[in-house]
Amino acid sequence: MDDPNLIVGMERAEDAGVYKLSEDLAIIQTVDFFTPIVDDPYMFGQIAAANALSDVYAMGGKPLTAMNIVCFPIKTMDISVLREILKGGLDKMKEAGVTLVGGHSVEDSELKYGLSVTGTIHPSKVLTNVGAKVGDRLILTKPLGTGIINTAIKGGMATEDSIERVTRCMAGLNKRASEIMQEIGANACTDVTGFGLLGHAFEMIQGTGKGMTIDVASVPVLPEVMNFAKMGMVPGGTYRNREFRINKVDIDTKTSPYIIDILFDPQTSGGLLIAVSEEKAEELVKRLRKEGIEDAAIIGEVMGDSEERILVQ
Amino acid sequence: MKGEMKMAETVDARGLSCPQPVINAHKKMKETGSGTFEVLVDTATSRDNVTRMATREGWNAEVREEGEDILLVLKK
Repeated sequence: MDDPNLIVGMERAEDAGVYKLSEDLAIIQTVDFFTPIVDDPYMFGQIAAANALSDVYAMGGKPLTAMNIVCFPIKTMDISVLREILKGGLDKMKEAGVTLVGGHSVEDSELKYGLSVTGTIHPSKVLTNVGAKVGDRLILTKPLGTGIINTAIKGGMATEDSIERVTRCMAGLNKRASEIMQEIGANACTDVTGFGLLGHAFEMIQGTGKGMTIDVASVPVLPEVMNFAKMGMVPGGTYRNREFRINKVDIDTKTSPYIIDILFDPQTSGGLLIAVSEEKAEELVKRLRKEGIEDAAIIGEVMGDSEERILVQ
Repeated sequence: MKGEMKMAETVDARGLSCPQPVINAHKKMKETGSGTFEVLVDTATSRDNVTRMATREGWNAEVREEGEDILLVLKK
């Protein structure tokens, strides 16, 4: 694509497309939908909406409008389920200050829901995956482990507390995290989703001649995740992510293999991974925590490394 | 006859998606208490997850890959 107005397109694994409309305005577009990950249809609607909106927040933008995408087995499932899902989605859009402007539904044997989201941003304020500088600190805004806990839920192993905690985590908007990040000023950002922390972290350094360190002791992890990992409640995606990127990762010998799985665990509606200068890092974490993003933590550092590797220590 | 022919009982978890093979193997561990049984799976994910669960529960898991299917022998 050689359109001069295209700021972010498909050439890299970016979170959303960005297109310049004028010197001070760009449009952000993204779409995301998936099958249910929790039993409660209302909460599933909230999670799917938070997840779709997150791609706009990861670019540092402001979502304005959204359209529902629905695949529904109308012959075998009660329509009240769909109503609850849409209500959950709408409530999350309201919380985000986003207007629902339409949607499309098709009949499908498997239920799916999500959003197509449109947002805006100043063209010079776009935060892509790349842009991190040597010495930048890496900040993660949500705890890891949603893939492993969701597997434990399927297996009937998760406690009510655990289910409640992971549901709340996945339904949480990345809105404030994104706004605070833009106020303070960051160098790069992505959201942690299907490829897991290390998969998305690698996207930040790929082709940039930089590497990074991840300090495992600082990485926020949901309660019980370690235990579930030891019990074999590990989704196939975790193994696939690890196989895909493990050749880019160096692991300190003291690190538990279960920790590596958690770092590769596919996240649903995960947190933002932000690269910010050393001087601003503490301030950013302090602000995030003060505004209710309590798990936010500095988890690593960007290094000069022509080999583009991640050191987990 | 069946008891004489078969060395150990088998949990067939082929075609099941995670975590069901782990749940089924775990159930068998609880029932068996100690001894030997086999688990038949058909994905690397199931193989790794059942092995983990077995190790955590103090069972020895030996992997015998057999073509498309993977046979795990669990001993305690």
